[in-house]
Amino acid sequence: MLKKLASTPYVLWMAIFVVVPLGMMIYFAFTTADGSFTLDNMLQIGKYTSIFLKSINLAVIATLICFLLAFPAGYLLSRMKTRRQNMMLLLIMLPMWMNFLLRTYAWMTLLENEGLINHFLELLGIGPLSMINTQGAVVLGMVYNFLPFMILPLYSVMAKIDPSLFEAAADLGCNPMLSIWKVLIPLSRPGIISGITMVFVPSVSTFIISRMLGGGQNMLIGDLIEKQFIGSSYNPYTGSAMSLVLMVLMILVMAAIGSFEDDEMEGIVV
Amino acid sequence: MKRWLSLLAVVFVMMVGMPASAFAASVAEPQTLRVYNWGEYVSDGSDGTLDVLAEFEERYPNIKLEYTTYASNEEMYAKLKSGSASYDVIIPSDYMVSRMIAEDMLLKLDFDNIPNFLDVMEDFKNPEYDPTNEYSVPYSWGTVCLIVNTDLVTEEVDSWNALWDINYDGNILIFNNSRDAFGIALKRLGFSQNSTDPEELELAKQSLIEQKGFLQSYVMDEIFDKMESGEAAIAPYYTGDGLIMQEENPALEVILPKEGTNLFVDAMVVPKGAKNKEGAETFINFMCETEIAYANVIDYLGYSTPIQSVYDQLDEEILNDGVSYPSEEYLATCDTFINLSDEDNKNLEEMWVDVMAAETGTEGGNPIFLILIFAVLFGLSIYRAVKKHRNREL
Repeated sequence: MLKKLASTPYVLWMAIFVVVPLGMMIYFAFTTADGSFTLDNMLQIGKYTSIFLKSINLAVIATLICFLLAFPAGYLLSRMKTRRQNMMLLLIMLPMWMNFLLRTYAWMTLLENEGLINHFLELLGIGPLSMINTQGAVVLGMVYNFLPFMILPLYSVMAKIDPSLFEAAADLGCNPMLSIWKVLIPLSRPGIISGITMVFVPSVSTFIISRMLGGGQNMLIGDLIEKQFIGSSYNPYTGSAMSLVLMVLMILVMAAIGSFEDDEMEGIVV
Repeated sequence: MKRWLSLLAVVFVMMVGMPASAFAASVAEPQTLRVYNWGEYVSDGSDGTLDVLAEFEERYPNIKLEYTTYASNEEMYAKLKSGSASYDVIIPSDYMVSRMIAEDMLLKLDFDNIPNFLDVMEDFKNPEYDPTNEYSVPYSWGTVCLIVNTDLVTEEVDSWNALWDINYDGNILIFNNSRDAFGIALKRLGFSQNSTDPEELELAKQSLIEQKGFLQSYVMDEIFDKMESGEAAIAPYYTGDGLIMQEENPALEVILPKEGTNLFVDAMVVPKGAKNKEGAETFINFMCETEIAYANVIDYLGYSTPIQSVYDQLDEEILNDGVSYPSEEYLATCDTFINLSDEDNKNLEEMWVDVMAAETGTEGGNPIFLILIFAVLFGLSIYRAVKKHRNREL
C-alpha cells in the first residue's frame, strides 16, 4: 500500500507529461487538419530520407567518438584515489552547469574564420582553416555537449569492478590488452549501453547545434521537425509524423544495442 | 422612530457607498497583465536607456506585468493556436495581424481607453493589415536593409545582387526564415514579395539553392555577432538592428537596395482569451506616450516610429541618415507582407526545406559508413543470438 502511494507522484508525472503528449503525437501523426484519418503525413516523410540518414550518420559518428574518448577516461577515473576522483568528476561536470546554448555559442566564436582558434593558428603561420559551418563542427558540438553522458555511466559501472579480477586475469596469463577485452569490456557492458543511449538519442534529435555550428546548411531531422512547428506554416501533423518515425528508429537502434544486454548476466554467472 | 431613522441612514449610506467601494476595489485590486513580445524588443534600462516596463509598473502600481518573449511571429502564433497560454498584449508583425484577424483570434480594441492613438501618423492608420483599424495600434516600423562591411567589400553596393556575388564566396549571410529569404530572392528577380505564382517561386527557390553554394550560413540573431566581428561581409537584416550593429562596428554600412525592400509594421493587439483587456489598453496607450515611445523605439530599438509627436522631436541626424525614414518614392517600391493562405504557407515552407536540404556538392552525407555500422551491429547481434542458441544446445 505504502509502495503504491509512494509511486503515485511519479506515475502521475509520467501520465501527464509522457503518456498524454505521446498519445497526442500519435493522434496528430495520423490526422489531417480537419481531424480525419490519413496516412499522408507518414508517406510524405519519404522525401526527407536523406535528412534522416544524415542525422543518424552524424549521431553515430559523434557517439563513436564519445565512446573512444570516454572509455579510457572512465577507466582511469575509476582507478583513481577518491579525492582525485572527486576532483576529476567535478571537472567533467563543470561545463554542464553552464547553459547548453551558451556553450554552443562559445564554440561558434571559437571556430569562426575570424575566431580565436584561427587567430592563434595565424600566429603560428598556419593559414585560416574553415571549421565553422561544416559537418565536422556539428559533430564536435555533439561530442562536446554530450561527452559527460558517456563518461559518467561508464565510470560508475567500472568503479564497481573488483580490481582483483584484473589480477586474476593477469595470473591466468592475460596480457593487459586481453584483460581489457575479456574482463573490462564485458563487465562494463551495462555502462556502455546506457552511455551509447544517452549520447545517441540527444545527438540524433538535436537542432540547435546544427543551426549554430552547421550554419543552417547542415539541416538535421531536429531542424526539420522544428520547422514544422515554428516555421511559416504551423503543421503539427507532419511534425508529429516525423517525430514518430524518429522515435521508432531510435527504438529499433536501442533494441539492437540492447540485445547485447541479455547475455550480460551469463557473463557474470560464468 | 430614531431606530428607523438610523436604519434608513445605514441603508442610504450603503446605497451610496456600494458603487463607490466597488469602483475603488476594481482600481486598487492587484491585477496581472501578460505581455508577450519579441525578444529584445522593449527598452530594458540597459546602457542608460529608460526601463519602460518598470516605469509602467511604477505608474500603475496595481498592475503587475508578466513579460515573456518569442523569437518569431510563427512561434507566437503556434503558442496561441495551441491554446496553452493566454496573453493580454502581443506585438506581431503586419501579416500576422491580418492572419489573426482573419482567424478571429483578436479582440476589438476600445479606443476610448487609448487616447494616444490620435497621435499615430495618418499613414499608419487604417493599414492594409487592419483596414478598419479596430484591432491594432502600431508599435514601430522598419525595413529590411543590406549590411555591408566596407573593410571587406570595396565596391559600391546598391542591389540585392550583392548577396549573389560569387566574389564574396563564404562571406554572405542570409535569413534563416522562409518568408524573409524568399522575399529577397523574389524582389531581386523583380517579383512581388507576396508572390504565390508557382513559376516565380520556383525561380526564387532555384536562385536560393544557387546562392547556397557560396553562402556562409543561414542566421537570425547570430547575425549581430557575425557582422560586428567581421566574420561575414554582406548580410540582409532589419534596418534598426543594422544601425545598432553599425554602432559596434563603424566599418558596417547600412544600405537600402534599389529594387525596393520589405516594409514591416509591428502592432500591438489583444488576443482572444485575454484576461485583462482594460489593462491591455492601458498598456497600449502607455506605449504610445511621446516620452515612452521615444525612449523605447528611438533610443533603444533604433527602429522607426509611427507616432507623430515622436517623429517631430527626431534629430536631423536620424531623419537624414537615408535609411530610417526613406523617401515616399522609395517606400512606394517596397512591399509589405500580406497574409498567405494556409496552402501557400505550406507550399513556401516545403520549398524552403528543399533549399535547406539541397546538397551543394561540397559535403555529401556518407551513407556507406552508416550502412557499415549497421551491418556490423546487425552481424554482431546475429552472432550473439547464434552463440546463445548453441550454448543452450550444449
